[in-house]
Amino acid sequence: MRRFVFFLPLVCFLILGGVFYSQLGKDNQYVPSALVGKKVPNFTLISLENDQMVTQKDLPHGPYLMNFWGTWCPACHIEHPFLVELALKGVPIIGIDYKDQKHLAEQWLIEKGNPYQQVLMDEMGLFGLDMGVTGAPETFVINSSGVIVHRHQGVVNEQNWPELKGYLK
Amino acid sequence: MKRYNPLALWLCVLFSMLSFAHYALGQEQMTFRSELNKTRYQSLLAELRCPKCQNQSLADSNAGISVDLREQVHFMIEQGKTDQEIVDYMVARYGAFVLYRPQHSSATFLLWYGPFILLAIGFLVFTTVVMSNRKRRGRSLS
Repeated sequence: MRRFVFFLPLVCFLILGGVFYSQLGKDNQYVPSALVGKKVPNFTLISLENDQMVTQKDLPHGPYLMNFWGTWCPACHIEHPFLVELALKGVPIIGIDYKDQKHLAEQWLIEKGNPYQQVLMDEMGLFGLDMGVTGAPETFVINSSGVIVHRHQGVVNEQNWPELKGYLK
Repeated sequence: MKRYNPLALWLCVLFSMLSFAHYALGQEQMTFRSELNKTRYQSLLAELRCPKCQNQSLADSNAGISVDLREQVHFMIEQGKTDQEIVDYMVARYGAFVLYRPQHSSATFLLWYGPFILLAIGFLVFTTVVMSNRKRRGRSLS
């Protein structure tokens, strides 16, 4: 018993050290999304292409990506070419033009190409709030049963695409 | 008579201005239907964390999302929503991360009650050590 008490500080040190070591190098900006595991919340948004009202019934039935972007967002410029690449590979992407202006968005898609199956206008950012978006770009992976399985904050690129792709089924 | 260093005085003025500026930065002008609503608004903003910034409340933050969320809180208060409804709204979208005061749940049990458990363990250890010492001393005396 005495001997155990003598070694107690060392045991505590090792346990704490192990815990701290396992946390080293983790992304401390990472915040889990509250929406993961839930269905896409109800919405009614206006389509950029044809001014039609779009609700969640009009979303794709298979797995797809939902990408929040805006012409005001510098990182979206960097992300865009990769999204175009993904679209060419046949990945369905729904674009949410987040807190943006219609004519700027139209111009952007004409100039840079349109990787989106559908672009919906969220001018007030209210759908963004419902999705728990904190900025752009932000990308959600939605599986074939319409459940959000992953949220990626920041640019989607070659490095992190395999992770997102893993959820896309 | 004591002399004041004018530079120190200026620095005091400057810093106090800066600290006021800090409070004014993150806040838009809002009108409320009642003084109570205004107080509720201020206290809710202090309780909710900006989901984009790592450690700033909605009241302090200038991030775009904080501006939107402040508007949303204002809107919901004026709509007659209760504080609990507003907090639930935020948690449903941004997770428990936005709460500066964590909820009581199984996941936060240790956070809330861990210190008391440790205190109890410490007290138990303390009493057993004292008791055994007293017993030993009693034995050696007899």
